[in-house]
Amino acid sequence: MSDNQGSADNYWTKNLRLIGLCLVIWALASFGFAILLRPLVSGIAVGGTDLGFWFAQQGSILVFLVLIFFYAWRMNAIDREFGVDEE
Amino acid sequence: MDQTTLNFIVVGLSFALYFGIAIWARAGSTSEFYAAGRGVNPVLNGMATAADWMSAASFISMAGLIAFVGYNNSLFLMGWTGGYVLMAMLLAPYLRKFGKFTVPEFVGDRYYSNAARVVAVICLIVISVTYVIGQMRGAGIAFSRFLEIDIFWGLITAGAVVFVYAVLGGMKGITYTQVAQYCVLIVAYTIPAIFISLNLTGNPIPGLGLFSTMSEGNAGEGQYLLVTLDQLLTDLGFREYTATTNPWLMALYTLSLMIGTAGLPHVIIRFFTVPKVADARWSAGWALVFIALLYLTAPAVGAMARLNITTTMWPAGIEGEAVAVEELPDWFETWQVTGLLGVEDKNGDGRIQYYNDANPDMQAIAAERGWEGNELVTFNRDILVLANPEIAQLPGWVIALIAAGGIAAALSTAAGLLLAISSAISHDLIKSVFNPNISERGELLAARISMAVAIVVAVWLGLNPPGFAAQVVALAFGLAAATLFPTLMMGIFSKRMNSAGATAGMLAGLITTCLYLFLYLGWFFIPGTALLDSSQYLFGIPPTHFGPIGAVFNFAVAYAVAQATAAPPQHIQDLVESVRIPRGAGAAVDH
Repeated sequence: MSDNQGSADNYWTKNLRLIGLCLVIWALASFGFAILLRPLVSGIAVGGTDLGFWFAQQGSILVFLVLIFFYAWRMNAIDREFGVDEE
Repeated sequence: MDQTTLNFIVVGLSFALYFGIAIWARAGSTSEFYAAGRGVNPVLNGMATAADWMSAASFISMAGLIAFVGYNNSLFLMGWTGGYVLMAMLLAPYLRKFGKFTVPEFVGDRYYSNAARVVAVICLIVISVTYVIGQMRGAGIAFSRFLEIDIFWGLITAGAVVFVYAVLGGMKGITYTQVAQYCVLIVAYTIPAIFISLNLTGNPIPGLGLFSTMSEGNAGEGQYLLVTLDQLLTDLGFREYTATTNPWLMALYTLSLMIGTAGLPHVIIRFFTVPKVADARWSAGWALVFIALLYLTAPAVGAMARLNITTTMWPAGIEGEAVAVEELPDWFETWQVTGLLGVEDKNGDGRIQYYNDANPDMQAIAAERGWEGNELVTFNRDILVLANPEIAQLPGWVIALIAAGGIAAALSTAAGLLLAISSAISHDLIKSVFNPNISERGELLAARISMAVAIVVAVWLGLNPPGFAAQVVALAFGLAAATLFPTLMMGIFSKRMNSAGATAGMLAGLITTCLYLFLYLGWFFIPGTALLDSSQYLFGIPPTHFGPIGAVFNFAVAYAVAQATAAPPQHIQDLVESVRIPRGAGAAVDH
């Protein structure tokens, strides 16, 4: 039983870490580059404007997409690793 | 054949399709009515979610919302998509594992309290009803504009169409109709955008065209489109398209829309329809793929349409003469009739000068050149999407498709909201609180009756919109962010969170958010009852941006109260454990 509990805790910790990583990137792409850090990356020109503008209107959405699929793929693998996936 | 007849035919065909689907996808059980029998393919569910999510506002108004403000309003693009990341990682898979039908049901069971359940039902109904008013209104306007019928009959038709497939098919009918509606709306949105992008930049993908150079034969040939647009706008005295104003407020509003999106019950329940937990994760991704097709196109549509209309007004550039009244293109005439565009030759020179007459530098230029104020007196933001096919000189059937697309966007969102409302009433109030012994058939009948009543109420509210219709969308997002999102999240991520904490937290979020809105916008939005005005915003925060702060109140109060009271019973802690792992989700289907 205690082994089971330890494995469940491990599984949950791994999930939380993965979510943490994804949300850091999520925040960096939207609140970061697209808004608050826009002046820092303003030197990088993209199609007649700066990187921040591109992130605000295109890049952030693309990053969100990649993040959700990455999370689904990793989590499904972690499910299998811990034997908690759906048969 | 005239345009209105063509519009009738295309819209009529789309309705025939929806009715066909409704008959095919009749619901025979409560599981089918509430969750489409949990048999929806994750990709199709993604498509349905996209249609559910993208409303008349996304379809008709968003491009204009961005184009008239520029960079700052990118917050709508990020806010209304970034919420899906939160939903995919923090809510959807666990709520699917829980395996019940509604959002208040999770709150009530997880917090072992009918009080918490009822508070959640109240939050859900306030959020969804405020939201549905805008949709019915949008549908009515789309009907009256494209089909030239009275808004009253427009709303009655919209209500009747939703009635057929929502009452008959419940979630199952709504899901498959939404898939069809998504196809209609995305085709309608992207075809004109592709042609316009090709015309201006030679790039068929609008999102790439936005960052490309102007192609041969266009003003500013060889120069980047955004540079051309910035130049044109600053020359006319408008704000530069790509400029920033207040980044902190922009970030706060973005966050408010993201958390609000993740907490909207009509979107969350869509993830109850897929067969497995893993499917719920994938499905969130697919939903965002289908949403992104429109959201990545919208900023390009907005910028390109604004550029097109501005160059139409100044065919020889700003140094040259403005457009002569008799040289205005045909579509300009058509839309003037609808009142979305309006010109007035104030200085009587037979030409229409379009510029920012509030800008002092422009006033000096105007005095020099004999202008007497901006003469493009009406320039409605919705025109940027609606007139697109005509600007791109596309055939009449594309215009008709825009009509069908706008109506599809409004109907699909309205149906999703109505289902969230009716299932909260029949399942959470009638079955869980008032009459737990109700039979399956009785509950199905109750669900259908609640749906019918909800539709009648929505049509009535659409016909008699409360004066505060504009503010209520802010209320919906703020409340979703401050009430449901934190409560659901804590229910999954904190085993220690108990009934007292969650209920107190929800009430704290609800009360602080409503209070902040009411203080500045009037008690229950009644005009003239506001105690404070916009110069007195707390830390300069407008009420529309308050969602995340309400959420902080919810989290803080919930945590404090939960620490001071007893931990939840063991079977609830076991429930949280089981929600966290996918195994066994199939078994939860039948209960």
